[in-house]
Amino acid sequence: MSADVFAKKRRNSLALFLLIGAATAVSIIITEFSIAKGVTSVPKAIQWSLSNFYPTKDSLAKLPDILIKLKETLLISVAATTLAGILAFVFAILGSNTTRVNAFFGGFSRGVAVLFRNIDVSIWALVLLFSFGQSSLTGYFALFFGSFGFLTRAFIETIDEVSCSSVEALQTTGASYLTVISQSVIPSAIPQMISWVLFMIETNIRNATLVGLLTGSGIGFTFNLYYKNLSYDIASLVVITIIISIVCIELISNYVRRVIL
Amino acid sequence: MLLERLSKKPFSKSSIAIRLSVLVLAVLTIYAFASFDYKDVKLWDALLLTVDNLKTMFFEPHLKHFTFTQALYQVSVTLGLAFLTTIFGAIFALMLGLLAAGNISSKSLSVVIKGSVALIRAVPTVLWVLIFAVAAGLGSVAAVIGMTFHSISYLVKAYSESFEEIDKGAIEALQASGANWWQIVFQVIIPSSITYIISWTFMRFEINFAVAVAMGAAAGAGGIGFDMFMASGFYFDLSEIGAITYFILMIAICLEIFATQIKRKLKVSS
Repeated sequence: MSADVFAKKRRNSLALFLLIGAATAVSIIITEFSIAKGVTSVPKAIQWSLSNFYPTKDSLAKLPDILIKLKETLLISVAATTLAGILAFVFAILGSNTTRVNAFFGGFSRGVAVLFRNIDVSIWALVLLFSFGQSSLTGYFALFFGSFGFLTRAFIETIDEVSCSSVEALQTTGASYLTVISQSVIPSAIPQMISWVLFMIETNIRNATLVGLLTGSGIGFTFNLYYKNLSYDIASLVVITIIISIVCIELISNYVRRVIL
Repeated sequence: MLLERLSKKPFSKSSIAIRLSVLVLAVLTIYAFASFDYKDVKLWDALLLTVDNLKTMFFEPHLKHFTFTQALYQVSVTLGLAFLTTIFGAIFALMLGLLAAGNISSKSLSVVIKGSVALIRAVPTVLWVLIFAVAAGLGSVAAVIGMTFHSISYLVKAYSESFEEIDKGAIEALQASGANWWQIVFQVIIPSSITYIISWTFMRFEINFAVAVAMGAAAGAGGIGFDMFMASGFYFDLSEIGAITYFILMIAICLEIFATQIKRKLKVSS
């Protein structure tokens, strides 16, 4: 009997490995990926970056310009995440099973969240480019919509997790809906929600670079400009400033998370 | 002592941190709006135009520059990019994750790997792809390698954290019976964290699909993202963007439903 179980287990994992192998082979064919070229390009890229991709003394002259763009990008990411968090909070209250007003609003807000979450920021960026042009607002709204979907989902799960019993307890005492929200849901869910917002800010700073590349604004555009001009020394300076700011923000948010959770 | 703590509670460290972070976020947001470079965009007009554009996108989708089957093929290219990067990333991350887990590896090695992985993660994926594009040329090779770099760094963090949560007793029991490192890995570490590994890997697959769309648009990696970039930047064809968005949405929602099912199944079995 036990031999059977092991044989079945082995058969199952063999089938799974074959399936993954086949899927990998198919993917290699349709994407025209060449393993040999992939393997050789890694040392080539390292060699290239060691000989070209570092800032020189001349490129430091561009540092003030880069820092201005970086500041703009960071502010856009923070502002987009904060406002998306507020809107997501409203939708999460309506969408969570413990706090929703009625089934219709519950389903509606969950549906909106699914739609927004699955449309990537790159799509938003390309669409918003039509109406906002090459301004900071294009990036702002792209990040805003992208964060909104993700945060709504995260907040719904947080509220469901933390506030089931305390909400019921308050409801039995006859507390009004707003009292329940402000006295029970917000206090018990806020550490988790701030943690999600901080995570989203980190993600958004990376996304802001991408959005900037696509829409011609912020730090992404600055990188693209120097990269396309083959001024790799300045482009590398841009990358270094991005790394420093993301690592700093990660350290800050890790610290805050440790204190509040 | 207790009374002291009780009376201090409203001003405990965590509530101060919460208030402070809310305040900082609010101030930064207001400052951001004051400092934006609006470039004479009329906010209200632009918002109305966006609503109008979204209407064109979602209610009048059409394919003009390629056919339905071609679009389907391009979506499969994007899926293929996502799959390759996830598989490569998972294989490398599994090895590095074992070496980065503090409880089964040496402390200094763990610190070195975690630190370098954090640095790799700090560079946005699109920059990795563009950096590799100089050596390999624009295309699927640079895209896969660049995206794999980022997947590895993300998964190493996720894997090593779930390895570190494993019960210490089980590892010590095997060590006491004289098992070597490989036996510990294959008898305790992998079996007891396999559900986490699978759900993290699948979550990365979902992310990689979105990233692959973006790389097609921003770094010429091919696939549906590139077609979308062309529709937006060259043909100015909103209806086509709408049709492409429907394709992407369809795949993304399928992946999400699949992921929820996997998670549910893993929860039941564990």
